[in-house]
Amino acid sequence: MFEIVVKKTLGPKITLYEVKAPFIAKSALPGQFLIVRIDEEGERIPLTICDYDKEKGTITLVVQAVGAESTRMESLQEGDCFADVVGPLGRPSELTELSPEELKQKKLLFVAGGLGTAPVYAQLKWLHEQGCPADCIQGARTKDLLIMIDEMEEVTDTLYLATDDGSVGIHGNVTVALQQLHDEGKHYDLVIVIGPMIMMKFVCELTKKLGIPSIASMNTIMVDGTGMCGACRLLVDGEVKFACVDGPEFNGHLIDFDQAMQRAKLYKDQETRILLRDQEKETHHGGCGLCSE
Amino acid sequence: MGQVDMMKKVPVSEQPAAERAHNFQEVCLGYTREEAMDEATRCLNCKNPRCVSGCPVSIDIPSFIMQVKEGNVQEAYDIISLSSSLPAVCGRVCPQETQCEGVCVRGIKGEPVSIGKLERFVADTAREMGIVPKGADEKKNKKVAVIGAGPAGLTCAGDLAKKGYAVTIFEALHKPGGVLMYGIPEFRLPKEAVVEKEIENVKALGVEIITDFVVGRTATIDSLMEDEGFDAVFIGSGAGLPKFMGIPGEQALGVFSANEYLTRSNLMGAFKEDSRTPIMVGKKTVVVGGGNVAMDAARTALRLGSEVTIVYRRSEEELPARVEEVHHAKEEGIIFNLLTNPVEITTNEEGWVNGIDCIRMELGEPDASGRRRPVEIPDSRFHIECDTVIMSLGTSPNPLIHTTTDHLDADKHGCIIATEDVGLTSREGVYAGGDAVTGAATVILAMGAGKAAAAGIDAYLSK
Repeated sequence: MFEIVVKKTLGPKITLYEVKAPFIAKSALPGQFLIVRIDEEGERIPLTICDYDKEKGTITLVVQAVGAESTRMESLQEGDCFADVVGPLGRPSELTELSPEELKQKKLLFVAGGLGTAPVYAQLKWLHEQGCPADCIQGARTKDLLIMIDEMEEVTDTLYLATDDGSVGIHGNVTVALQQLHDEGKHYDLVIVIGPMIMMKFVCELTKKLGIPSIASMNTIMVDGTGMCGACRLLVDGEVKFACVDGPEFNGHLIDFDQAMQRAKLYKDQETRILLRDQEKETHHGGCGLCSE
Repeated sequence: MGQVDMMKKVPVSEQPAAERAHNFQEVCLGYTREEAMDEATRCLNCKNPRCVSGCPVSIDIPSFIMQVKEGNVQEAYDIISLSSSLPAVCGRVCPQETQCEGVCVRGIKGEPVSIGKLERFVADTAREMGIVPKGADEKKNKKVAVIGAGPAGLTCAGDLAKKGYAVTIFEALHKPGGVLMYGIPEFRLPKEAVVEKEIENVKALGVEIITDFVVGRTATIDSLMEDEGFDAVFIGSGAGLPKFMGIPGEQALGVFSANEYLTRSNLMGAFKEDSRTPIMVGKKTVVVGGGNVAMDAARTALRLGSEVTIVYRRSEEELPARVEEVHHAKEEGIIFNLLTNPVEITTNEEGWVNGIDCIRMELGEPDASGRRRPVEIPDSRFHIECDTVIMSLGTSPNPLIHTTTDHLDADKHGCIIATEDVGLTSREGVYAGGDAVTGAATVILAMGAGKAAAAGIDAYLSK
């Protein structure tokens, strides 16, 4: 059992959980993820690591209540436990293999979309600790959905905010912001983008055009997260890769995003059915066309 | 005692095929006490029991059968327990026909003694009677880490605990059991009634099991030995990585590895109506492959409500699955499309599977495995309509452990290199066995390797 020691609301339906998991905290590196199960009935869900504290033996997750399990998670309080937290899974960011001297040679730009801010924070914080802070574009639909701005400011060289509705920062999505930085003459050696797949796709299309090597972190469907099920498979440069063990980070210019987005829809109907069942309990009478089976 | 035909096995009751095709309850119902005692009379109690040498863990088979003949379940259980920690599992899933029963002297003229069913009877009855194995009287001051709570790991841990070692098993999934939990379906191996109880018995010997712990990620073997004070390590991490064919369309929506399909159903309980883990139930499912896992996947899809066809490139004779499983699958209505090989999975505009293109094969000259090699028949391409495809082409070991452990050698297939007798790897104090070493094989061979390694670790730590 893994105790929740801190629970904090970061935005509409966005919650931070700091969880006691000493072994994971000790081994975690930026770029890795976890598999979490709420309780004995729970599904195994992959979540990114936002932060870890080796001294306190805790790890931090940020979850947006959109699916059945993440919605159910909101009812957990401080002192409650997750039945299972497994990790850290996947390969750490390749940046962690470089020395501070090598890192200083590179001008890095992170692009964080929506909840992707959480795993980007882990990477920025690590770089900051190495004495090599990077720049970051943090984007969201609107101001309220921009999370952890103060924390991000603290670990970033320059933080650029962007909102689709222009409520704060650059008016436009992260791709617009990236183009703007480029037009202003900012040079970057590497872009690391984490967020919704569609956003990563467009960012990688742009960086390809601009000739900037890019890395994207793939949040695919998973069951075990250790290479067993193959549900997370995707095409990278025409080759089948497993996001859980070969990734989650890949060369963004070589990922087949269209196929990955298609595969992400695989269990959408079933998941909606479970969500409806949770919301309406015994009063659900069908008619939605989803529960006909 | 009834009249026993010495040439034939006492028949065992099964759930009727028409009924079981729609539920997940166990197919084979096992012997009653009377049936078991009758069957036991067929054992010749040979002076040179070939069955014992046919058993990978060398259970003293004639001795336990003699106790069954007298109705002494406790005594029979104690004899089996000397050699096996998982008798209720082995009695169900061992390929007895190629092991103990395959060499049974009774089998020369008639049918061999039904050793597997007798083992199962003893284990099940012992459980009902509340009999548990005995732990060590004296504890040793040495710690052993076992990686993976599957058949190899549980056996190794059980044997070491019986010798008094402090054993901790590290399991990556949220439940112990390995392939017994995620791979083999409920209708062949009940989870709560059988697997969980056998694991409780291993724990009763003093073994600690830590779940949610991925060795190689949560901690490495080196840190377990250096920081956590383990004196020896056994790697029983299995062969969990699924293979795909590499044909066009394999990335389509509706194509699954057998591992994914079975893990969703078995480990996550997706076959139950109120499960929170989804599973895809097609109208028509094609399972590619002919092994036990293919049969399990096919029979699971059938029970979930799909029509199921198995596509296999060789002929019936070469099917790697156990004869009993193929027989059960046929009885339940699985269609077998043999000497057939998929070449392409076809999809609709939205990317969902709508069929599979195959070619017909014929058998040519024997290949390296001694089996006749399937050869394509020209211009024989044809289409099978389906909405789900399950790939069951075998699995290979997970590279995580050997890539995160210094100086631990593996071969080009990712199998950890270990000595045949005791499973010693290229690292002092580190042993390995089961599918992690051999590639995908059987439960009992993994148990045999776990047992041998336990003896090796005991000798090493007694030095």
